[in-house]
Amino acid sequence: MTSDLNQSFPLRRGRVHEVFGPAAFGFAAVACAQAAGDVLWISEGWRAEQINPLGLVAFFDPARLLLARTKDQTEVLAVAEEALRDGCIGFVVLALTRPLDLREGRRLQLAAETGRATGLCLIPEGMGSNATQSRWQAAPLFAADTDSTLMRWQIIKNKAGTLGVWDVRWDGAAHRLDVVSAVAERPRSSPAPA
Amino acid sequence: MWFPRLPSDRVLRLRPLEGPFALTQRQANTERLYCVNLQARRLGLQRAMSFTDAHALCPDLISQPADPPADARFLASLRRWATRYCPWVGIEGGDGLVLDVTGSAHLAGGEAGLLADMRARLARAGIAVQIGLADTRGAAWALARHGEGVAGAGQGLAAIGGLPVEALRLEAATVVALQRLGLRQISDLAAAARAPLARRFGPELMLRLDQALGAQAEQISPQQEPPHYGVRLTLPDPIGLTEDVMAGTARLLDQLCAKLKAQEMGARVLQLTLRRVDQASQQVDLRLAGPMRDPARILPLFARGVDAADAGFGIDQIRLEAVQVEPLATEQTSISLHLREARGGPRKDGLEDLITRIGTRIGLENVQRFLPADSHIPERAFVIAAAAYSAPESGWVCLRPRPLTLFAPEPVNAAGPRPPREFRWRRMELTTVRATGPERIAPEWWLEDESWRHGLRDYWRVETRQGRRLWMFYTPQNPGWCVQGEFA
Repeated sequence: MTSDLNQSFPLRRGRVHEVFGPAAFGFAAVACAQAAGDVLWISEGWRAEQINPLGLVAFFDPARLLLARTKDQTEVLAVAEEALRDGCIGFVVLALTRPLDLREGRRLQLAAETGRATGLCLIPEGMGSNATQSRWQAAPLFAADTDSTLMRWQIIKNKAGTLGVWDVRWDGAAHRLDVVSAVAERPRSSPAPA
Repeated sequence: MWFPRLPSDRVLRLRPLEGPFALTQRQANTERLYCVNLQARRLGLQRAMSFTDAHALCPDLISQPADPPADARFLASLRRWATRYCPWVGIEGGDGLVLDVTGSAHLAGGEAGLLADMRARLARAGIAVQIGLADTRGAAWALARHGEGVAGAGQGLAAIGGLPVEALRLEAATVVALQRLGLRQISDLAAAARAPLARRFGPELMLRLDQALGAQAEQISPQQEPPHYGVRLTLPDPIGLTEDVMAGTARLLDQLCAKLKAQEMGARVLQLTLRRVDQASQQVDLRLAGPMRDPARILPLFARGVDAADAGFGIDQIRLEAVQVEPLATEQTSISLHLREARGGPRKDGLEDLITRIGTRIGLENVQRFLPADSHIPERAFVIAAAAYSAPESGWVCLRPRPLTLFAPEPVNAAGPRPPREFRWRRMELTTVRATGPERIAPEWWLEDESWRHGLRDYWRVETRQGRRLWMFYTPQNPGWCVQGEFA
């Protein structure tokens, strides 16, 4: 179950992907940082949790970011479809609260294909759509050595490639993603902490 | 054309009432009368009289505060109305119009017919007017304000000679001085020697006299019509198909954009009115993310709104108006830009169009971006602005580590100034392994903020064994712990 992260990340262009887990925002920030062009972040207006542009500085320039606040999830999807199809925005992040049905998921995929843009859905756990290209689980990890942004990324669904688990860390100074080690290749392979 | 009681006429047109009426204006701490109607005037009330005096004279006086800007707007609309008589109409002071009817009087049946028509129409509208007609502007002014009349061609001094000197548009001090000299009428002034008068009163007195008598030319500057960005299309037969309406809209857009281009303007808000055969009308509003005047780009943006409009029994008139316009200079299109776009490079226009399209669905103010702000308070270190009305700003500086997400502070059960070893947050048991801090942030005392009423905050970056990296703060002045954000 070892594979190269570079085969699955950066996320494949022209497709829509999914991520969940406590470090989903971190995953999205890294994905945005590695995408070209502007970023559109769509979320429902009632959400209390919001992104902090100063926290984003370590990942990418917040001037690239556009926000869209909508009334409900239907509008989130409509706006996302519009933006993906248009193609002048390179990366679209959608914060979702209820599962997509196959029709909605497929529509997003088709829109992304038309516009050659990449989409990323932040989904609640266990609410993935069958139409997604890949589904990731991201969780923060405690790093014993230094202050860091160590995360465990696990790809649990992949339409074009193998699954895998990686421990990664974002290098804020170099704006680069470092793979610390593939989990299975650790010298002392131990079960992951709960 | 002089409107002696324009402000009160305007108000009384909207709310007719019998009896004395006055508009008041506050000047230097006193309510003073600004304009009185005819009944009030008969009772001896005058402009600039103090309101308490007026009330003593006339206990049943009805009054209302004056609104000079509305009067100015009213006068401007009267000016537009007056262009029915001749094309050259200017505004004279705050309560008059000046018309150059040379060559257009015969259209209304000669000068007498013209004056009768003006008087009749204004009387029907309830506006008092005094009209003077003369072959110079100065003489017409004098006649309008001091005993109406018509001065025929060439009989300048004969017509206005009997009027008092204040009819010459002079300053009050000059008028008083002239009266002291015994020069009470214009004919006296005209008969007097010019040189000593010019020495004593300066060139203005003689200029005004010459202007009134026609020795010195004076022009009427007509006010420019503000360009009107509206076009309409009336159809012989009603239409109902979306494609047909879009085709009509395209035709109108071409006209409108040509108009905008001539003025170097770009539309910001467009309004498409579809009038149906049953006289009801549907409106499609389009708010653009940037000023625009390219029909090919604007047309697709209307598609959604037109699609949603209800044609009913058919649409027989389409009207398109640019409700809000902004200056948009002509841009030179460069070949290199075209090439880059042709190769699939990023298009700046494309993003604006997209914002507009998204804006028509969720509201243009809901498409936003972050702009940096100058504050240490984490939630005020940025502002959220509507993307359509702001430009992206770089220059983000982050000196200290800041979390990726921010939320309203969530209290945590813990005590003491050091971060707790173990705590519960969002129903999770967390164990602190490493804590970095504190970073003390003081509230901005010049701003009232409910969420900062607990005073100073000591922020810590708390790393837990479970992986979560939290941004917590302790409030020393009001002991307690809260979680406010989460790091990546």
